Amino acid sequence: MSFVKELWKFICVRKKFWLLPIILMMALFGALIVLSQGSAIAPFIYTIF
Amino acid sequence: MTVILGISAFYHDSAAALLVDGEITAAAQEERFTRKKHDSGYPALAIDYVLSEAGLSLDQVDQIAFYDKPFLKFERLLETYVAFAPKGLKQFGMAMPVWLREKLFLKDQLIKELRKLDKQFDAEKLLFGEHHFSHAASAFYPSPFEEAIVLTIDGVGEWATTTVAVGKGNKLDILKEIHFPHSLGLLYSAFTYYTGFRVNSGEYKVMGLAPYGEPKYKDLILEKLIDLKEDGSFRLDQSYFNYATGLTMTNRKFSDLFGEPVRKPESFQLTQFHMDIAASVQAVTEEVVLRMTKSLAKEYGIPNLCMAGGVSLNCVANGKILRSKSFKEIWVQPAAGDAGGALGAALSVWHKELGKPRKVNSSDSMKGSYLGPLYSQQTIEEELASCGARFSSVTEEEMLEQAAQALADGKAVGWFQGRMEFGPRALGGRSILGDPRSETMQKTLNLKVKYRESFRPFAPSVLREDVAEWFELDGDSPYMLLVDQVKQERRRQMSKDEDQLFGIQKLNVKRSEIPAITHVDYSARIQTVHQHTNPIYHALINKFKEKTGCPVLVNTSFNVRGEPIVCSVKDAFRCFMGTDIEVLVVGCCILNKKMQDSLLIENYKEKYKLD
Repeated sequence: MSFVKELWKFICVRKKFWLLPIILMMALFGALIVLSQGSAIAPFIYTIF
Repeated sequence: MTVILGISAFYHDSAAALLVDGEITAAAQEERFTRKKHDSGYPALAIDYVLSEAGLSLDQVDQIAFYDKPFLKFERLLETYVAFAPKGLKQFGMAMPVWLREKLFLKDQLIKELRKLDKQFDAEKLLFGEHHFSHAASAFYPSPFEEAIVLTIDGVGEWATTTVAVGKGNKLDILKEIHFPHSLGLLYSAFTYYTGFRVNSGEYKVMGLAPYGEPKYKDLILEKLIDLKEDGSFRLDQSYFNYATGLTMTNRKFSDLFGEPVRKPESFQLTQFHMDIAASVQAVTEEVVLRMTKSLAKEYGIPNLCMAGGVSLNCVANGKILRSKSFKEIWVQPAAGDAGGALGAALSVWHKELGKPRKVNSSDSMKGSYLGPLYSQQTIEEELASCGARFSSVTEEEMLEQAAQALADGKAVGWFQGRMEFGPRALGGRSILGDPRSETMQKTLNLKVKYRESFRPFAPSVLREDVAEWFELDGDSPYMLLVDQVKQERRRQMSKDEDQLFGIQKLNVKRSEIPAITHVDYSARIQTVHQHTNPIYHALINKFKEKTGCPVLVNTSFNVRGEPIVCSVKDAFRCFMGTDIEVLVVGCCILNKKMQDSLLIENYKEKYKLD
């Protein structure tokens, strides 16, 4: 719960309300991805994310 | 007493740093303890170490500062994906699970880890600083300047890739920023990738390769890839790059522009083309930073410059900034990469959050960057004995005499003294040393000791008081972050035939009285050794000077290619036994390779993944 509060505060401070629908969608899809995968470690060339 | 713990982790080069009443007490990278190069995990061992160094436990720490803001980074990612959509779907699919499972909940993860050390840990103690502010703080607060321009340049933090700040007293404010995807660090990394080296560790190799080539492609890069303005600000043409949305740094259009495909690491030979490419991106990088620094000096009229961020480890560019005389003095944070962010985050809390005044220390607040573990003579002897080492314990005077003699005899000497260095450079605490006058030393050290590419140059350590007699530099460079030329009168005149040589052929020509550290363009990455920060190393070089007349030593980090620099006595012994280091000096213990049990020799060459 504290995470959601902090994320909301962050969005308010940054005035990035347009990101909300994306984050909500991602939370939904994310839950699916997380549930369907064993590991989330990405062997990526450069850790820019 | 106020104790602040700084942490950098979860991206690359995890580290911990500890401030006690504003004084930098200890700092170390996690990789040194876990023996995993560029370890990015939670720095549990580094935190253990910094706390134990101060004799404190976590419940005595007042504030904990993390070096960047994960939510801001997440915002940048989302906006980047939206901006580039529908491109980047694959990267998005790979990045989001990591974020949704781990990185978004970084605060919870930190709290969970910290509660392993202190069950009552109060989450309110945890603060998050901005990535580039942490870099700027690590550069300005320990610097010897009351007032300075602070320039930070790296790949990317949250949004910023380059920032300009002004520091005065305990105030530090960022005034200008360049944002992702326009990044000088990522431009350099793109060429690192293109020339077949590993991104985020092979950049040094590109810099070392550059003097073998001609900057033939500099104009092409300036014309097509980067729109560089007079004040040094820039934009990159993203149609040539793939890092914002793809799984590589560059794309087909980039390769077509230069006419060759990306070099496959370790399978395709380096050719003159790659050397010319390296020379070109190095020249462009220098052009960018020189324009920036010139314009900043003019705009603000402040005579001092501080720098941090990965690009500040480009010591060739740093040397050119110094010689351009835009600024009277330059100070570069020795842990300029992300590890130094731990220190910067802690310093920001002390000065900015708590508003504590700053005392300018003209001698060296970073204590020579010797901020890591120290081993007593007794511990050294116990550890060596437990490894099965055969050694003799002597007085300090005898140790210096024998070490200097071994060096004068042309032997490679492992040198393990005092506290370990913080940052990527070995500065005479955990070093492999050699005689710079030897014509074969560079090749021997590269191929038989370090197991790395023969083209890579070595750096000199020189007594501060003698630097001007051997190099064009006449100032301090205690952290090996400035490159300058070997003094004209120490150079050897080239014959006509030698002058005609190209590329890697240049390597075998003796260029000066100290060929082992003279790069093919007569440059050297200089470390000035100061009596007050490292008296024992200073004494060793002095002893070597008494024997040979030369106050310079070859100094390379105590490790092999792909291995983190040794931290403990046992690490040093293992590296000694796995390489052609002939003599190992640990504290006042001396070990000769010939005397060791041959059963303890291990195949070290294959032990570490190539970097």
